[in-house]
Amino acid sequence: MSDRAGELLLTEPAALDALPAALQAAFAAVASEPDRSVRRVWFDTFDRRLSRGAIQLEHRTGAGPAGYRLRSDTGERLNAPGRASAGPRLVDALPTAEIRDRLRPVVEMRALLPIATSTGVRRVLRLCNPDGKTVATVEVEETATPPAVPPRVTVAALRGYADEAELAVRALLATPGATPAVGTALDAVLAAGGPQPAYSSKVDVAQEPAMPASAALARVLLRLLDTLEANVDGVLADVDTEFLHDLRVSVRRTRSALKLAGGVLSPGLADRFGAEFRWLGDVTTPTRDLDVYLLGYDDMVAGLTAPVAELEPFRAFLSRRRAAEQRRLVRRLRSERFATLTGRWRAALSAETEPGGGTAAELAATVTSKAFRRVIRDGSAIVAESPAEELHDLRKRCKELRYLLEFFAALHEPAAHRRLVGELKTLQDCLGDFQDGEVQRDAVRRFAAELLVEHAAPAVTLLGMGELAAGQHHRQQTARAEFVRRFARFARPTNHRLVAELVGAGG
Amino acid sequence: MRTLATYSIKGGVGKTSAAVNLGYLAARDGHRTLLWDLDPQGAATYLFRVRPKVKGGGKALVRGDRPLTEAIKATDFDSLDLLPADFTYRNLDLLLDRAKAPTRLLRPLLAPLAAEYDVVVLDCPPGITLLSESVLHAAGLLVVPVIPTPLAVRTLDQLIGFLADLDGRRPDLLAFLSMVDRRKALHREIVGRLSAGRSDVAATAIPALAAVEGMGARRAPLSATAPRGPAGRRYEALWREIDERTRGTTTPPARPGR
Repeated sequence: MSDRAGELLLTEPAALDALPAALQAAFAAVASEPDRSVRRVWFDTFDRRLSRGAIQLEHRTGAGPAGYRLRSDTGERLNAPGRASAGPRLVDALPTAEIRDRLRPVVEMRALLPIATSTGVRRVLRLCNPDGKTVATVEVEETATPPAVPPRVTVAALRGYADEAELAVRALLATPGATPAVGTALDAVLAAGGPQPAYSSKVDVAQEPAMPASAALARVLLRLLDTLEANVDGVLADVDTEFLHDLRVSVRRTRSALKLAGGVLSPGLADRFGAEFRWLGDVTTPTRDLDVYLLGYDDMVAGLTAPVAELEPFRAFLSRRRAAEQRRLVRRLRSERFATLTGRWRAALSAETEPGGGTAAELAATVTSKAFRRVIRDGSAIVAESPAEELHDLRKRCKELRYLLEFFAALHEPAAHRRLVGELKTLQDCLGDFQDGEVQRDAVRRFAAELLVEHAAPAVTLLGMGELAAGQHHRQQTARAEFVRRFARFARPTNHRLVAELVGAGG
Repeated sequence: MRTLATYSIKGGVGKTSAAVNLGYLAARDGHRTLLWDLDPQGAATYLFRVRPKVKGGGKALVRGDRPLTEAIKATDFDSLDLLPADFTYRNLDLLLDRAKAPTRLLRPLLAPLAAEYDVVVLDCPPGITLLSESVLHAAGLLVVPVIPTPLAVRTLDQLIGFLADLDGRRPDLLAFLSMVDRRKALHREIVGRLSAGRSDVAATAIPALAAVEGMGARRAPLSATAPRGPAGRRYEALWREIDERTRGTTTPPARPGR
């Protein structure tokens, strides 16, 4: 069994030819195994969750048995023999439980997409002692595609022979044109392909307090449009559910920005596009709702007394319904109306060059303070007898405040910003549970009625769904009881001071 | 972790050849495998071209001065490591005699290896000694080569009797006929008799072939150099039998305090 002792790059062509001689001078014998073609495909999610988690997942064919290899910066090494399928795949499609279990919490619902491919030739040199025993191996990989990737040399230490591997590394480093490798093979292949578009759903735009408010807002809205458009192909191809989620978040953020701060843009712009973004939000809702039921299905049925198998007709119903809604959504996203919306919106935002609405800092201070005051006012008015709608409305106000904090984050003192977002998130989670409980209970009841009409489920399934609805009702009740405590915490004087500090810092 | 021990009361019966090839085949199947050469003659160590030297020797082993893992060497084959022999192992019985519970020494030494290895193959020296008793307590399966002669069969029966009298947990036993010469009527007769209807005798017999003896010259497992030759195919079949018999079994951990 072996460990990597050193990695080098050959930056000059002559270095490749000089390697065997350098090694022969240090070892009794150097045996070269035949060249093998190797094809490597690296995978990551659209938002690069593996890369952020310092994990590399690769499928290798050609040198040894074909299979997946997982490597992490902490030295983890997992191998899973098997062929790779051509397109994207969810974690559950990977061949061994060990790799699936390692990746599931990192990747979650996202699909693994091929992000880089290389082909080339791999040669292994065995370095032997006078007994003919291999004491270290040297792997030389010459990449044919993409071009301009320098040959990479990896020295593997065999267990019990660490000194010999170090000797090999020293001998190789003394070769002209050989340098210690910086970065991984994937980094080199990605770099050879030119700059990579980085995706993040965060609204991280540069802003200056003194810049015109209209320009600051246009910058935020353009960033949101970029995110929206970046997710369209993934939604159309139905790669994973997160593409639609991110697209919808961009739409909601855009609508909130237009509603709360759109007045600083050219007259009439916010109203005109606000209506179109509302349409876009509405057409994406049915698919997303069904995605949420299906993603949470296992957890939802886990606590039931009814056997899970009895709920199967319900799950099948959700899948059928989701497939139908997805087809409808695809038609809408391919429509003239959608193309016109995004095209005209980009043109309109690019034309927003007239300074308007004071400075960015003034706009941020006004809208953020106002949104905060509304949350406190509406939340304080909620009592035990208040109808559910009032909590739903408060949830919307909280979302608006959250979005405003995100839009103008560049103007905030980072620590205070993080604290306030943290406080707000605790309240939002509780309100989210309250609303999800109600929406899901009502949806389960509605679906049960439809299944009954379609004669698509036996009585046991409907009974199980009744239990599900009751569970969701209980979830809502629990969230309501929790709300009082969470809101009281959010409305503390500390948070008022925190908001004053944030908007003051901006001014 | 599956612990196999190739063991025989008699020497020169194909024990090390079996250990080396079975260890290689287990590793080839993807099992992380360790071959521990307990025989001071160090034949398995020689076959893998490793120096027969363990720091501290037998004394350190018996006293537990050094973790076994420090002495492990990679072989030239993927997933197969070797714990080499040391000439001082010839005195192991003297050292064991002075130790507390000498016949229970090996099991706790093997326990930490379970994190790193799926299969451990112990290549034991011949004879009934304190060390071999310790092996009997540590192994999940004894793999016993038997030359098809009446005396060797008698020795196998003696071993089975000895195991039956053993205190505590006993290993499973699988004998296999070794160095079989089909030209000899006696061999044919004993192979026929032993192979039929005995669950403790493998269906596969290893023939007496020059190729098996030639391993010493090539210094590599036959299963690696000539996997499709007549002997290579037999070792493969023997490994299949052992793999099936031991799959899902693990050697229970040593009781605390041992």
